[in-house]
Amino acid sequence: MKLAIASGKGGTGKSMVAANLAYTLAWTGQVTLVDCDVEEPNLHLFFPAPASAREITMPVPVIDEIVCQHCGKCGEFCQYGALTVLPDRILFFSELCHSCGGCMLVCPNDAIHEEPKRIGMLSVSNPQPGLKLISGTLDTGSPHAVPVIREAKKQAEKDPLVIIDTAPGTSCPVVEALDGCDACVLVTESTPFGLHDLQLAVDVAARLGVPAGVVINRSDGKDDETLRFCTDNDLDILITIPFSRDIAAIQNRGDLLCRVRPEWQKDFYSLFLKCRALAGVER
Amino acid sequence: MKICFTAKGTTLDAQTEERFGRAPYFILVESETGSFEAIQNPFADGGGGVGPKAAQVLIANHVRALVSGQVGGNAREVLAAAGIVMYTYRDGGTVRDAFDQFSKKTLEQSA
Repeated sequence: MKLAIASGKGGTGKSMVAANLAYTLAWTGQVTLVDCDVEEPNLHLFFPAPASAREITMPVPVIDEIVCQHCGKCGEFCQYGALTVLPDRILFFSELCHSCGGCMLVCPNDAIHEEPKRIGMLSVSNPQPGLKLISGTLDTGSPHAVPVIREAKKQAEKDPLVIIDTAPGTSCPVVEALDGCDACVLVTESTPFGLHDLQLAVDVAARLGVPAGVVINRSDGKDDETLRFCTDNDLDILITIPFSRDIAAIQNRGDLLCRVRPEWQKDFYSLFLKCRALAGVER
Repeated sequence: MKICFTAKGTTLDAQTEERFGRAPYFILVESETGSFEAIQNPFADGGGGVGPKAAQVLIANHVRALVSGQVGGNAREVLAAAGIVMYTYRDGGTVRDAFDQFSKKTLEQSA
């Protein structure tokens, strides 16, 4: 099963839920936790361990200026404005390139080939028995979050149980992380902001055909509006985590709720069982 | 020589547009005769990379100078490479106002 942890709003506790869920499930079998919040991955802070790392690249065109006739076909073809053909040279903006390879196909002179360009790093570690952590990190200044996320998910492709921590929001990086998942957990908080952004996230999950359930985090017990929205939209509340100084203190020192207060493991295991029911798969 | 003004409309009385890549229209004025033509910018509502694409429109139309409010880094690089001189006009007047200032050489060159 591939399970995504998402939210509309940032700071609702996605990583906290993902980390505690993975920690709990690692006692029962093999779990892979994938940090797809590639602009600010931080799951490794919950699970410090030596990691092996490799570069993530994307193919970009390289033009042989001797062979190039400056016919302009590649520049006309490129919908992203990455190639501009002048009478005497070609300008290439790699940050606009989407690696579609079209310029290479339309070049009548075979003047274009592709070379890899680094956009980020992928690291893999085994912080505890049963747990594999995969983290994608986008290079500073690179706009290409999506291929980094794709690569991080690919690394977990053959693993039996995968938990994917997504970026906040509802844009391309979230869509890429959610795509192909069997179910998703939407973490929210009972504020007007949490509810507003939850509505957006529910819409994204529905459009992608990923069954969703809700975790209410930092609940002060006044969750009526969120509960009403969930009832109206046929969304199950999977677990509710209370607003608590004790939980906040554990979280704030980078520890795991389920490690410090093992009684929480049964709540996170029930979260897993409900997700499995949502997904309609065995494990 | 041909000068391009970024504009919100299709005539010399149209208000100038501060943005380059997302300007709705390019007004191309022949500086010697004052005759002009308006081109709709096909990239005004584009998703991304509109700067270099819009710059290509100017190159294809043999423009020698651009008068606009703000030109992004990528577009600037393309325009500079093509030898198109960039001038800044941000007073919010009409294309005619901007052209007057250009003719009086009171506009500042921006690159």
